[in-house]
Amino acid sequence: MSKVKTVWEDCDILVVGGGMAGTGAAYEARYWGRDMKIICAEKANIDRSGAVAQGLYAINCYMGMQWDENQPEDHVRYARNDLMGLVREDLAFDMARHVDSAVHKFEEWGLPIMRNKETGRYQREGKWQIMIHGESYKPIVAEAARNSADKIYNRIMVTHLLMDESKENRVGGAVGFNCRTGDFHVFRAKAVIVGAGGASHIFKPRSVGEGMGRTWYAPWSSGSAYALPIEVGAKMTQMENRIVLTRFKDGYGPVGAYFLHLKTYTQNTYGEEYESKWYEHTKAMVGEYIDHTPTPTCLRNHAFIEEVKAGRGPIHMVTMEAFQDPHLEEVGWENFLGMTVGQAVVWASQDVDPKYMNPELTTSEPYVMGSHATCSGAWVSGPEDISPPEYYWGYNRMLTVDGLFGAGDTVGGTAHKFSSGSFTEGRIAAKAAVKYILDLGDEKIVVNNKQCEDLKEVIYKPLENYTVGRNEITAGTVSPSYLLPIQGLQRLEKIMDEYVGGISVNYMTNENLLKRGIELLGTLQEDLEHIGAEDLHQLMRAWELKHRTLTSECVAQHTLFREETRWPGYYYRGDHMKLDDDNWHCLTLSRRDPETGEWTMEKAPLYHIVDDKEDNQ
Amino acid sequence: MPTFVYMTRCDGCGHCVDICPSDIMHIDKTVRRAVNIEPNMCWECYSCVKACPQNAIDVRGYADFAPLGHSVRVLREEEKGTISWKIKFRDGREKNFLSPITTQPWGEKIPKLGELEVPDEEALKSQLLCYEPDALNINTGLPVMKKEQLKEGVYY
Ligand SMILES: Cc1cc2nc3c(=O)[nH]c(=O)nc-3n(C[C@H](O)[C@H](O)[C@H](O)COP(=O)(O)OP(=O)(O)OC[C@H]3O[C@@H](n4cnc5c(N)ncnc54)[C@H](O)[C@@H]3O)c2cc1C
Ligand code: SF4
Ligand code: SF4
Repeated sequence: MSKVKTVWEDCDILVVGGGMAGTGAAYEARYWGRDMKIICAEKANIDRSGAVAQGLYAINCYMGMQWDENQPEDHVRYARNDLMGLVREDLAFDMARHVDSAVHKFEEWGLPIMRNKETGRYQREGKWQIMIHGESYKPIVAEAARNSADKIYNRIMVTHLLMDESKENRVGGAVGFNCRTGDFHVFRAKAVIVGAGGASHIFKPRSVGEGMGRTWYAPWSSGSAYALPIEVGAKMTQMENRIVLTRFKDGYGPVGAYFLHLKTYTQNTYGEEYESKWYEHTKAMVGEYIDHTPTPTCLRNHAFIEEVKAGRGPIHMVTMEAFQDPHLEEVGWENFLGMTVGQAVVWASQDVDPKYMNPELTTSEPYVMGSHATCSGAWVSGPEDISPPEYYWGYNRMLTVDGLFGAGDTVGGTAHKFSSGSFTEGRIAAKAAVKYILDLGDEKIVVNNKQCEDLKEVIYKPLENYTVGRNEITAGTVSPSYLLPIQGLQRLEKIMDEYVGGISVNYMTNENLLKRGIELLGTLQEDLEHIGAEDLHQLMRAWELKHRTLTSECVAQHTLFREETRWPGYYYRGDHMKLDDDNWHCLTLSRRDPETGEWTMEKAPLYHIVDDKEDNQ
Repeated sequence: MPTFVYMTRCDGCGHCVDICPSDIMHIDKTVRRAVNIEPNMCWECYSCVKACPQNAIDVRGYADFAPLGHSVRVLREEEKGTISWKIKFRDGREKNFLSPITTQPWGEKIPKLGELEVPDEEALKSQLLCYEPDALNINTGLPVMKKEQLKEGVYY
């Protein structure tokens, strides 16, 4: 390891991950922290990194307060309803009251937002979504971050957080390595904002072989947003709340614009409407939640899954009517070209023209993230003016580790933030981080060389494992002493799929399965000490896998803890098939002891801030 | 593949290597041209395709479900502020699309917040973010909630 160069960087604020949340954080940090040193470390290149690399065709979270379209309270009601009652309403309200200001700026910067010709307002796709020509969404916000940060380091895979040695439970920065040069990077920072995105490839995807990269969430979303805080003992929340998506088959093309704007609808293979058939069945499981409007996303999935299990698949999206209108046809195609090009590739290759043929839908494998119709992530403090005592410990969006902040997919309990809300949350976290640093005053953060050197050993070990192990065998990929990252990844996906509720078991699990799954994840963890990386690219894959595995452990622990089926259509606890408000109308929290690796689980109270008067509109 | 590189067009400039979010476009040491080293970790995001000055990169849909004979080509023209797509089906039909990618000259309207007036203590203590409340386009100020409205464990 001695030949690896170490690059030191001391700064005030370190932003880990320059996606939607990270760019928002870097941007806002400069405004409040005028003389502070602000650094961003990004695994890829911020111009095209994260879930928005291809662009987006809609901004899914915009209130439209200027036209009195929605108020922050409405957003809280909407997110709460969709998540079967359970969200952090303080965080949801807080994001929602700021989000419009971000969107207005995006437009000023050049993001083409479509306008309704009659009203002059932003063109709505649905009640919450506005339509954009967003191919360059990411390069535009990246530029805003570049204009603010002192330095942006691209191609740095951040592997661990550093801890302050002068005060317990306080962050001191982060370390990682450059995927191109191999240099070891040490960032000593007073505050760290994690915006490292959600997790794909936790569960086995539907596509196999070459197509395994065609997941719904980006294949580079590696769960770092969860693993980094978990590793240092931060509390996590609602990690059982993984998401399953109804999407166009194989390409995972989004359905939002189709349902909301094109007014297409689904039917079973016999041309029948099927959702209403499952009403009584679903009501028996979840009670009156099935009567809510709009129907929660998971319950619509549930009807889909049951209909397919009953042998009446495939489910089709009826596009043939809408696509007769040339304008709607254009929207239908551009929707994919703007954010999921792979779907257009699938249709071109299979001669699927939705004007003449209703395309197939499917339900995806589960994903773990915190910004879509799901809210897995870190347990953070809310804003001081709104949050009740259990939700507030000093700085907005600070985790349970001092000086460690989060935004976007990183933060749990706040569904339906999407791109604009993640950017906004990054801004909120950055302002709070500046306040935190000012309050620190002259207090020094101490990170000694030993802490960094020890981590350096750990980080490069997979290269050494490979070099040593490779000499034992003639050639090929089979070694008795190391596992390649792809092999470990496939083991992880198989365990999660079969034991924790993936596609091959129709999203079903139970206590015994989970306990066995957790044992198998334990041995995988042991084997990951023997992961072998042939080069720097594989070293990155090795660390992505380690982050995914830790994230998965947390998901399994949470799923075991919550003894109910809260979100049928996302997953089922076969041993507790009903929603159980008496015992589980609460949030779940976990903490992994960094010394022992033991998990402790607890319930956190659920506060409702907003009344329900319009829930049933 | 899903992306692949045409031997005769690539000049090894490395733009694709620089941009790929999955870190899978690399320069092959023998042919000194770009290659997708890990097709099963490619999202078909087209970032590299858009970035290639030689139009040397193309996509062939994933082998496990996409039959051969199709193509989806893109041309992103930053100066014009547009992106155009040509979709060719396996059976030869074609569709073309053109969209704007920005409404402003590149980068010019994106502010440098370090150049704005320094916010005071009061602003720092408030719940407002930069440009707020103005940028909310409402004249009632930032929405607030009262803590008294909190109710623990009420079922909605
Ligand atoms: C197909 C698809 C369609 C979508 N459609 C819409 C839509 O229409 N409208 C909408 O508003 N939203 C949409 N979204 C959601 C939106 O993209 C996300 O909500 C948003 O990007 C989340 O922001 P984030 O910053 O948390 O994560 P990301 O934007 O994914 O950013 C995470 C960043 O962290 C970096 N990173 C990860 N690990 C590390 C590490 N270890 N070290 C350093 N850096 C790291 C990544 O490279 C990335 O840059 C869609 C998403 C997908 C995938
Ligand atoms: S950008 Fe194009 S020309 Fe340059 S290396 Fe990549 S494929 Fe070759
Ligand atoms: S399409 Fe995207 S993921 Fe695939 S090689 Fe190009 S840039 Fe990388």
